[in-house]
Amino acid sequence: MTGTLRKILVPTAAMIIFLILWEALVWVMGWPNYKMASPSDLIPAYERYWELFLIMGWQTLWRTVLGLLLAIIVGTAIGMIMGFSRTMRDALYPLLVGFNAIPKATVVPIVALMFVGAHDFNTVLIAFMISFFPIAVSVSIGLSTLEPEYRDILRSLGASQTTIFWKIALPKTLPEFFGALKVSVTLAFIGTNLMEIVSPHGRGLGALFDSGKTNSDYPLMFAVLIALALLGIVLYYVVVALEKVFAGWAERQPG
Amino acid sequence: MENLIDIKGVRHAYDTAAGKLPVLDGLEVSVKEGGFCAVVGPSGCGKSTLTRLIAGLMHPDEGEVWLHGEQVKGPRSTVGMAFQNPVLLEWRTILQNVMLPLEIVPGGLKGKAAVERAESLLALVGLEGFEDKRPSELSGGMRQRASLCRALVHQPDVLILDEPFGALDAFTREDLWQTMHEVKAKEPFTAVLITHDLRESIFLGDQVVVLSGRPARTQYVMEITRDGPPKLDDLYTPEASERLATLRHQIEIAQGRAEEGVSA
Repeated sequence: MTGTLRKILVPTAAMIIFLILWEALVWVMGWPNYKMASPSDLIPAYERYWELFLIMGWQTLWRTVLGLLLAIIVGTAIGMIMGFSRTMRDALYPLLVGFNAIPKATVVPIVALMFVGAHDFNTVLIAFMISFFPIAVSVSIGLSTLEPEYRDILRSLGASQTTIFWKIALPKTLPEFFGALKVSVTLAFIGTNLMEIVSPHGRGLGALFDSGKTNSDYPLMFAVLIALALLGIVLYYVVVALEKVFAGWAERQPG
Repeated sequence: MENLIDIKGVRHAYDTAAGKLPVLDGLEVSVKEGGFCAVVGPSGCGKSTLTRLIAGLMHPDEGEVWLHGEQVKGPRSTVGMAFQNPVLLEWRTILQNVMLPLEIVPGGLKGKAAVERAESLLALVGLEGFEDKRPSELSGGMRQRASLCRALVHQPDVLILDEPFGALDAFTREDLWQTMHEVKAKEPFTAVLITHDLRESIFLGDQVVVLSGRPARTQYVMEITRDGPPKLDDLYTPEASERLATLRHQIEIAQGRAEEGVSA
């Protein structure tokens, strides 16, 4: 098998096996669709609501991506501040950890009340709040663990702090940054959906899930979950592709 | 000939939680142009502080550091540094790594001239054909060779070597000693080498400075004269043994294990 074919076939086969097992489990246990819908129940749901799935899916996607972009910008900025200044690191760490420890589900109603009606803004805000932490931590660790020799070599040549950052600190931090981004992508999805499910007359896949719940359309609820999983996979691999481009050097050749 | 490096009466102490920690106390080192000064001394005696002083990365509390008749006040682009850790940039090829200083020093070679300069140095240390490899694809010895090329690419007048061969196995290390002599014959430089290896110090240095234990002062200076090109065999002559014994004894004094004036 060639490498590319293998890379597509193996995961596809795994997914098909997973769907078969799922179908078999529901069939063997004789579960009704309100206990657990089977993959064959989902097809009619997608057929009936495909237009809604596209609209809602797009809303979930753009709000997640926007939240994630904010998380990247703010997270990198905080990471840089903490990475370059020991004092700022000591000052900000407990605050950040405390903030991160608050379950975001509890923040959702607060934010919803604070900015009543601003659904898009609220959703992006929660996606951002839940996903910036790993990025901030990874950038700060990447920068603060830069071996002093790197700095010395450049400084002895008269390089400025900015040059050191662009030539060494930034590229050296990229592998850690992308590692964190992979975690953040998933977190951002959780954030978006938390808000979408909670806010009334919301939009996005979360709202579709909620309407499935209100209407006792159980296959629809499961269909939303699978759609979310698919979106998650797509975004994750976008990050992987970006990582290959910008930090491919960090991947060692096997053997 | 005029001294290229002059370190006069340098004293320095670091601020630590437990108060002032003096590391250098009366350091005197002079290296003439084209000279190779090997510095040995007990662990933690401030040898690395000495390299940072010469590179202009820090200022001594007292005393003066002069390079080329100019007092060192800050970093100068005329030094090259190589450390025990070769610190090559993993995202660059070997060639791009070697060219790094040219991107930073004012008036550094650009474009084709820069590539040719880097290639010729790589060829000189035996890394021809590895220009496009990543550092992770090279052995420890080869990485150290590349690091050496990077330290030399902008034709620094002072090469600062902080135990560059310390982490290599004995045979690779001896290979690199010979490479150093070959490079120096074609690319003249003035060097300060920090090392823990006495054989290395007498093979590479034309002057060996023994520092005392912390706080370090210049305790002993040995001049090494050679007739003809250096060979590894020179390390196994009675003369070399005598030099090593003398240095060994000086190190013991520095460590406080032997008294001055008592022969080894």
